[in-house]
Amino acid sequence: MFIAPALLGLGVFFLLPMLRGVYLSFTQYNILGTPTWVGTANYEAIARDPLFWNALAVTGQYVVINIVLQTLLALGIALLMQRIAKSTFIRGMLLLPYLMANVIAALLWFWLLDYQIGIVNHLIETFGGSRIAFFGSEEWAIPTQALINTWRHMGYTALLIFAGLQVIPRQLYEAASLDGSNAVQTFFRITLPLLRPVLVLVLVVTVIGSFQVFDTVAVTTQGGPVNASRVMQYYIFQKAFTESQFGYGSALAVILFLILVLVAFVQMKFLRGNESDLG
Amino acid sequence: MPLTRSPHRSYDRPAKRINWRDVVPWVLLLIAIAVSVLPFYWVLRTSLSMNSSLAANATSLLPVGFNFGAFERVFGLQSTQESIAQGGSGADINFWVYLRNSVVFASITTAGAVFFSAMAAYAFSRLRWKGRNVVFSAFLATMMVPPIFTALPNFLLIKDLGLLNTMLGMVLPFIFMTPFAVFFLRQFFMNMSREVEEAAMLDGAKHFCIFFQIILPNAAAPIATLVLLTFIQQWNEYFWPLLVGNSADVRVLTVGLGVFKSQSPQGAPDWSGLMAATLISALPVLTLFMIFGKKIVNSIGFSGVK
Repeated sequence: MFIAPALLGLGVFFLLPMLRGVYLSFTQYNILGTPTWVGTANYEAIARDPLFWNALAVTGQYVVINIVLQTLLALGIALLMQRIAKSTFIRGMLLLPYLMANVIAALLWFWLLDYQIGIVNHLIETFGGSRIAFFGSEEWAIPTQALINTWRHMGYTALLIFAGLQVIPRQLYEAASLDGSNAVQTFFRITLPLLRPVLVLVLVVTVIGSFQVFDTVAVTTQGGPVNASRVMQYYIFQKAFTESQFGYGSALAVILFLILVLVAFVQMKFLRGNESDLG
Repeated sequence: MPLTRSPHRSYDRPAKRINWRDVVPWVLLLIAIAVSVLPFYWVLRTSLSMNSSLAANATSLLPVGFNFGAFERVFGLQSTQESIAQGGSGADINFWVYLRNSVVFASITTAGAVFFSAMAAYAFSRLRWKGRNVVFSAFLATMMVPPIFTALPNFLLIKDLGLLNTMLGMVLPFIFMTPFAVFFLRQFFMNMSREVEEAAMLDGAKHFCIFFQIILPNAAAPIATLVLLTFIQQWNEYFWPLLVGNSADVRVLTVGLGVFKSQSPQGAPDWSGLMAATLISALPVLTLFMIFGKKIVNSIGFSGVK
């Protein structure tokens, strides 16, 4: 009885929609009228759709930049905090961007990175570089989106890793230093292996989150210039709501879902995320 | 935490004696903090500037042509001529309506999700029933489902119910529970001692009594944290309100900001107006953060390391 409202939510807004989404992906449906069953036609069309492959490639690029940059920066910040400052105040300031809405992060950087009068381009010029059309050029559109996301999440990810660092027993470090291990050796032999469960979690969360980038793209570049930042979720949104191809959009969503399941599974499997070397 | 103050001052000297080996780490950490915090100063600086003067003094650290015109524009206190004279677009923002909608949307979804999730968490942690673990696994699994996957069919459902562009349609998918809230509270309820509960049982107390009089009061701290996190999350939500609540009378701030931005002419956007609107939209979260910063920060460690 206690669980009834939550079950209602689970059933009506999670489980049934999932089934309905799969069903719709096999239909042609323009929101008005009724869906017509078309078998695997949507999936066949998607396989031949250059925009789909473009969206996949663009999303992949975004995901890779995010993982590398965000994980490395966050790991660095976490180690710095561990070493010199565990203050809540500092952690709080690093967390601030994470608490902002994507839309706000997008608008804020849309201004900072403006080609004409944005402060970042002025700084670049001051240091002798030439201006970058962050949102307006095809080669920069996706890296810029990824940088904004990295800015928003780096402190949060750092805090997750920092929390993981706190769990590593002190004695291991003492033993290592007695054995004459230097800082680099200690990092690779003790810190990194013992951080693995946290790092796996961070990777899974980052990848799954990155595949679903939408808000920043919708507010800034809207998929452009040309198709340079038309990421998967934005493409799905456009197909379903702008072009009223709901069946096609649902099929795209199913594919995105399958990719995410696969990614999570592979990461868990290869990185053995559930086990800890502490055990 | 004041927005505008540079963080450097109070943390330059971590100890009485300067340890030279720590200088490089400190510099790096301060850079990371500056990158996190300084953009917000720039938003403030821009919002207090005169839009038409921004281009000429793009690098000035202080507001250029200091005035509150941008805020007046956002709050709808400026006439169209004044607004255009200061470099605004003259577009209507309906800021107060969006603000009200955001408050209503975030408050209702937070209250509902936390309360019903607490009930479910109670059932998962304190009651024994058949299939408990299976059902809990189902809840956990939904944490993995990407929102876009359920958003399309949910949109159809809300449309079939005739609830497009209504507040009810916007809050329904969130109000019964969030998988995270169920999981979060279950962890706390599991660790509560059984003794008081058992004593109450012996006195003939029913589950509802126990839930309201023992479990909820004892879990006030984690519930407060969850309310905070959920509220911030919902305040920032964009995708679902964009799909279901895009008409002007139910539009929330995040969606409104996007619309406001797209209304600025491409050539010369109303940057100071846009930044003023951005700042005000972020203000509730900033305020919560100033008051409950420690709670929020400490909850991150929990949610990460299960």
